[in-house]
Amino acid sequence: MWTVVATLVPILATSVMFFGPSALLVTGAATAGALITEKVFGPRRSLLDGSGMITGLLLGLTLPAGLPMWMAFVGGAFSIGFGKLVFGGLGQNVFNPALLGRAFLQAAFPVAMTTWPTAQASWWQLRGDNLALPLFSARAPDVLTGATPLGLLKFEGETTALRDLMLGTTGGSLGETAGIVILICGLYLALRNYLNWRIPASIFLSVFLFVGVLHLLFPTQYPEPAFMLFSGGLMLGAWYMATDLVTSPVTNLGCWIFGIGIGALVVVIRLWGGLAEGVMYAILLMNALVPFINRATQPRVFGTARRTAS
Amino acid sequence: MIANLAWIFLSAAVINNFTLALFLGLCPFMGVSGKVSTAVRMGGANVFVLTITSICVSALNTWVLPRAPYLRLIAFIVVIASLVQIVELAIKKLSPTLFRELGIFLPLITTNCAILGLAVFQTNRGYGFAEGLAFALGAGAGLTLALVLMASIRELTELSDVPAAARGLGLVLIIAASLSLAFMGFAGLLSAG
Repeated sequence: MWTVVATLVPILATSVMFFGPSALLVTGAATAGALITEKVFGPRRSLLDGSGMITGLLLGLTLPAGLPMWMAFVGGAFSIGFGKLVFGGLGQNVFNPALLGRAFLQAAFPVAMTTWPTAQASWWQLRGDNLALPLFSARAPDVLTGATPLGLLKFEGETTALRDLMLGTTGGSLGETAGIVILICGLYLALRNYLNWRIPASIFLSVFLFVGVLHLLFPTQYPEPAFMLFSGGLMLGAWYMATDLVTSPVTNLGCWIFGIGIGALVVVIRLWGGLAEGVMYAILLMNALVPFINRATQPRVFGTARRTAS
Repeated sequence: MIANLAWIFLSAAVINNFTLALFLGLCPFMGVSGKVSTAVRMGGANVFVLTITSICVSALNTWVLPRAPYLRLIAFIVVIASLVQIVELAIKKLSPTLFRELGIFLPLITTNCAILGLAVFQTNRGYGFAEGLAFALGAGAGLTLALVLMASIRELTELSDVPAAARGLGLVLIIAASLSLAFMGFAGLLSAG
């Protein structure tokens, strides 16, 4: 688990490069919320396995830079408390804790969660009212804000250049902008066999094929497949959230089904939904289906009949 | 026409899922979601009663309620409940197997808020017979989907080491809330088209 934490460090560093001190404040608050909850309510010495750290960091990396720190803290505490410990702790949760925390924040603070700061004049400037007091309304941010590439696509009909999406010079959540960095870190984890490569592969394949066909049929109406792959949280979600060992299917066939389902839901929500981004919801929905996928793809017990009568 | 019906079906089944988006019909959702096989049966019984409800409501809206609008709620409840009872007796006589499959659920569902919710929604939105039928089937499919998802997750958590404070209904409510959060992703789906 600590290897996964280590691969998150370059992603965090990239986000600090783009979003300045705000990135550290928000990620730190989310991680602190997760770790303190784990320490207080979790079993003894459970901090040492690193899973709470991963949840907190991943949650922090999916938050916008201008979010007040107390909201990030609440999100981290919710992730661990209601996403993991209530289900019985590590290995028994049904939903990805980090994404559940983010979905909770999205439902509770919809405006703060969809304000996206863009590049500022000074690196040191905070990207929003990070230091707002709990439950007080945040000061109107004194920063430039803009839409994310997916928001631009959905509401303005503009696409962003692929180069910007790869390097991360766009608006978006803290850790999702630099596609190429996430890709490298994820590939490293896949090569070391820390995650099942079939899950990201099937997500990317299904998104690519689905959007590719739509783009070929209606080139003006739908974006290019490469844009869909590198925009929004797809990279981070596919490499780090969907591959969570606890909440993904057990069998390899199940992993393919799981990934294809996520890809299809992402495209459906992004192109036809009311929201600009759907990776989080797609993964949570497929998490809910994992018990089914596991049951359906249960391998035959060696030596028994090929088809049982049931 | 077909597209409209398909949209009504999909909207009731997924986007405005009765249980997970509108929070109707929570009692069977909490009560009989312990096992997948029971949940499937409960879902089937729900589809059945919802379909009957929709047909009743169409008939009432056409012939009775224009003349006596103040009877709306009473008429819905009485007519639906008694018709379901009659159908139950008929099933008991004609097909004991199906009767055993549906079991106690059939009379129980009749008093469920999802049923009355369907009747009121259908009237308020001015759905005709075919639209109402699509709406009822969609709502039933949505209830079944929610029940089965819930049951499969609950079967999984049977064996986990749930803290004492959350054991039983507490965990069920938390799972329901999580499912509901996940279903928020469908909000506004297809509303433009």
